[in-house]
Amino acid sequence: MTDEKARKVASAPAFESPRKPSPAERAWEENTLKPTLAKSPDRAADFTTVSSYPIQRLYTEADLADSNPERDLGAPGEPPYTRGIHPAMYRDRLWTMRQFAGFGSAEDTNRRFRYLLSQGQTGLSVAFDLPTLMGYDSDHPLAEGEVGKCGVAISSLADMEALFDQIPLADVTTSMTINSPAAPIWAMYLAVAEKQGADWRKISGTLQNDILKEYIAQKEYIYPPEPSLRIVTDTIEFGAKHTPKFNPISISGYHIREAGSTAIQELAFTLRDGIEYVEHCLRRGMQVDDFAPRLSFFFNAHNDFFEELAKYRAARRIWQNVMRERFGAKNPRSWALRFHSQTAGCSLTAQQPYNNVVRTAVQALAAVLGGTQSLHTNSLDEAWALPTESAATIALRTQQIIAYESGVTNTADPFGGSYFVETLTNEVERGARDYIEKIDALGGMVAAIERGFPQREIADAAYRYQVAVDRKEKIVVGVNDYVVNEKPIETLHIDDTLAGRQGDRLRKLRADRSNAEVERRLNSLRHAAVGDDNLMPHLFEAVKAYATLGEICDALRQPFGVYQEVAIT
Amino acid sequence: MPEKKIRVLIAKPGLDGHDRGAKVIARALRDAGMEVIYTGLRQTPEMIASAAIQEDVDVIGLSILSGAHNTICARLMDLLRAKGMTDVTVLIGGIIPEADIADLKKSGIAEIFLPGTTTQAIVDFIRQRVAAAHPGA
Repeated sequence: MTDEKARKVASAPAFESPRKPSPAERAWEENTLKPTLAKSPDRAADFTTVSSYPIQRLYTEADLADSNPERDLGAPGEPPYTRGIHPAMYRDRLWTMRQFAGFGSAEDTNRRFRYLLSQGQTGLSVAFDLPTLMGYDSDHPLAEGEVGKCGVAISSLADMEALFDQIPLADVTTSMTINSPAAPIWAMYLAVAEKQGADWRKISGTLQNDILKEYIAQKEYIYPPEPSLRIVTDTIEFGAKHTPKFNPISISGYHIREAGSTAIQELAFTLRDGIEYVEHCLRRGMQVDDFAPRLSFFFNAHNDFFEELAKYRAARRIWQNVMRERFGAKNPRSWALRFHSQTAGCSLTAQQPYNNVVRTAVQALAAVLGGTQSLHTNSLDEAWALPTESAATIALRTQQIIAYESGVTNTADPFGGSYFVETLTNEVERGARDYIEKIDALGGMVAAIERGFPQREIADAAYRYQVAVDRKEKIVVGVNDYVVNEKPIETLHIDDTLAGRQGDRLRKLRADRSNAEVERRLNSLRHAAVGDDNLMPHLFEAVKAYATLGEICDALRQPFGVYQEVAIT
Repeated sequence: MPEKKIRVLIAKPGLDGHDRGAKVIARALRDAGMEVIYTGLRQTPEMIASAAIQEDVDVIGLSILSGAHNTICARLMDLLRAKGMTDVTVLIGGIIPEADIADLKKSGIAEIFLPGTTTQAIVDFIRQRVAAAHPGA
């Protein structure tokens, strides 16, 4: 047996009891299958998912001998929520079509938002540029060349006001993809809401605010894990008191998957991150049912249709069990895992970019059939640049075609009961639970991150996948097969003069505001940071005085320190 | 006499933290028998240029997905010229719009590898370049 073969066998699912095919299945294998294979053998020795998970030739009732539909599936809207968290699923309400957008200045992005809303999009989702994500103002030396490039530049409340100009925050839901500086950015959003007269108790949306997956995968961190987790806990606590309809965190597997993980790793590391956040809130003295209903999740929608479907169904089942058994939650809303999904950016190809529309449609379909609460579909040109308006429109239309034309929304969990889907759901659950136990044994996720455990698992999986593509064991259409010569497509160009204009704007802001007031507010923030006050009220006062994001993050860099990773290659 | 190993610096400039590509390439080049130094995240062009000198590399591979390539590469190429490192091969891997490729090559970038490039294509390119730069070595 080759090493490669041995590895595959070793990672094959361990069935709880040996598979016992029925006499009818054995007869089929003997009398029908074997003669066919003798004439026409399989195309390959192994059939695996995009995550290299082995898939059987056929699934039958023999694979579900140990299962109990009442216990393992239940009904839609009832625990264990395998079939979805709403009793009617998409018959009463479709998922939120939430296209992630942001580029250039606050004004540029405001125009794109208002366009998307006019085209039937139902929620906003803000992409911030890298300086903002790293807590630097647009005029910081390290921001050079990055201002407005992969998202919108937001350096102060003045930018946030321009971003939501003429968009009533009382009526839209807004998702903000920001992590290390999530708390000050959220404070800016709350300040805009207050200025518009929107009631904090009624505004809704989601803050990504998931710092653990930054250490694991996306690497946009500022402070070390412990102070970072304190800030996250502050936001969850503040939200539970003041913004009962806002999700203060979106615990994200998306970036873990984009970094190259398998589906099972994505699921396991995300849920284990969720456990870590819950533990921090409990240590703070909060009651689980006071905050758990507002924890939300974010998963990738990758190419392998059934593996993704199984992942979403397993996610709900594991989380309800974790909340009930591990944390003793009593409120069913604490048990139900709500999630956003986004199609897989890493699956898009620069080659033959129109093929990406098809990939995205298949991925989006898996997310919908997996019961997603909201969805972003990528644009066909994103292996080249940020999307043009026309590419972003096709991406939104893809969701609308699934919603209104495909018929998949007519019934809840259409694949429920499929031998294959139920077996794969069980196996993905088992694989994820094994990882969760391993991380528990390491002392939790922060300890695991410090030892490089999830980072190494992901790097290994990413490399294995690349090798499989290079060897053509995995075919990527237009990349390692069906290759053609082609003409380039038109892409979005981001204005390079923005950094200069943002710099002028910041100089004017610093001249017009009361710098004594800013200093006073930053001092109170520093003071709170060394003590154990919740930071949110201090951040709110600082942003209202027009302290910039960079000034605020610097004020916290002093007491908290900055994080440096040990790179694993 | 054993053949001298090709030395490659894989660098991740700018604020972006998406390091999947950089790490996969680092590993692939190492598996192909090259000596690979990975800088880690958030390197300025100054840090990359001085690491390249210190490590005496034949090749610098930059991983950039954030759209900041024009600014970063212009500065790095100026620094390398100023330090007399004109024989080092500079490559980019990442998300680079078609419209920017010609200017990047004009500035001295040897090749730009877009998503979908096989690791073998990069290994082959580096071997050819280094062989051409040191004939008879």
